[in-house]
Parts: sequence; C-alpha cells; structure tokens
Amino acid sequence: MTGEQIAFLVVAIFTLVAGLLVVTTRNLVHAALWLVATLFGVAVTYGLLRANFLAVVQVVVYIGAIAILFIFAVMLTRKDMRDQGPQLNRNWLVGAILAMLTFVGLFFLLQSWNGMSMRAAEIPLKFDVVFELGNALTSPDGYVLPFEIASVLLVAALVGAVYVAFNRK
Amino acid sequence: MVPLSWYLIFAAALFSIGLFGVLSRRNAVAILLGIELMLNSVNINLAAFWRYGDVFNMTGQVFAIIVFAVAAAEVSVGLALVISVYRRRNTVVADEIDMMKW
Repeated sequence: MTGEQIAFLVVAIFTLVAGLLVVTTRNLVHAALWLVATLFGVAVTYGLLRANFLAVVQVVVYIGAIAILFIFAVMLTRKDMRDQGPQLNRNWLVGAILAMLTFVGLFFLLQSWNGMSMRAAEIPLKFDVVFELGNALTSPDGYVLPFEIASVLLVAALVGAVYVAFNRK
Repeated sequence: MVPLSWYLIFAAALFSIGLFGVLSRRNAVAILLGIELMLNSVNINLAAFWRYGDVFNMTGQVFAIIVFAVAAAEVSVGLALVISVYRRRNTVVADEIDMMKW
C-alpha cells in the first residue's frame, strides 16, 4: 500500500465519520461544526485528486460562507436548537434502509462497470491546471455561457433570499 | 496510486449518509445539512472523473464549479425560507410546517 492510498483511506474514514455525526448529532450547532469537518475532508480529497483550485474554493466558499450561514441560521431559530423530543422522525428506519439500499445498489452498479480499475495519467509539469480551468470558464468556445448563467442564477437566488427573509413590520 | 473505485465508493457512501439525513431528520436546517453532504459527494465524483479521464479536458472541474454556485444559491434560499417560516410559525420542525397540506 502506497503512502497516497493510506492518506486517502485516513481522509475518507475521517470524512465519513464526520458525515455520520452531521446526520445523527442532537445539537444542531455541533452538527454544523461536524459539517465543517466533513467539508474539510472533502477539500483534502480534492487536493489528493490534484484539483487544487477546487480545494481552495471548497475552503473559501463552503467552509467560509455556507457553513457559517448554517451556524447563523441555527442561532436565529434558537428555540428549536435542542429540540424537545426526538431529532429523527417516525420514518427514520425506512430512511436508513433506503440509504443503505442506495449505497448497496451504487456499489454493485460500480462493480459491474469495467472502468473501475482506470489509472490516472500523470499531469505534465508544464500543464497549468488552474490556467486551463480559467480558460475553459471564460473562452467563448469553452463554458462561458453556463458560467454566466450560473452567476445570474446566484444573483437571482440571493435577491430572492433577501426578499423571502425580509421582515415586513 | 489510488484506484478510481475508491473515490467512487467513498462518494457513494457520503451520498447515502446525506440521503439518510434528508429522509430522517425533523429539523429543516438539518435536512439542508444532508443536502450539502449529497452535493459534496457529487463534486467528488466530478473531480475524480476529471482526474482519471482526460486531464486536458476541463469539463469535470467546470461542472464542479457550477455545482458550487448552485449549492450556494440553494442554501441561501433554503435558509431564508426556514427563517421566514420560523418567524411566522415559530417552528423549524418539518412535520409541523404543513399549511400547504389539507
């Protein structure tokens, strides 16, 4: 087993345990903090995949903005923070079985696919991944139109969020 | 070198954990936490397929960045709805938010 495989296994197990704690912890502030841990594990996974820009964006956008937004939302809805009664609904067992079935189904689907043992090609030293990504995002024969539509969607969603949460009193 | 299958199985496990959270938590904010886990597992898949497929074709990473933007939009609208509902109904328990059900 190589060092990279051991690093991947450590990161994956840490991320999965943190993810399980996100969906099972009673205290929602703790769940949001475990979400930060999960997102950090995913960022390290991007690093292992040599997607360095994605790793940085994961830390800045997900951990820096989305997780903090979650913690603020938990604090603004404070009365239910340590919810009286159970944190899981009546059908949680059905949900657990469905989630297990999804995992088992995906697992066997992946087993039957013959691309699984694919090897990653080495990235040439003079191939600048971030430069190519920026080029692909902004060049007209790349993905400039989906990129612009995504930014319009983000602006519309943020304006809508302000409108929905606005207090008209 | 880590085989592609490890990344895909890791992403499938994270997706299933998120699905469990969405299906079984009572608190609406906790449901959104589960959705975040699912979106992250999708992004791991996209990055892994970029790395193990054609590295010179940036489609996987571009798609992952668009998923980032959509996740940010989803979470801002979702939390705004939760805060708005909390202000009117004084609850964030998904079972009790049933005014559109009859």
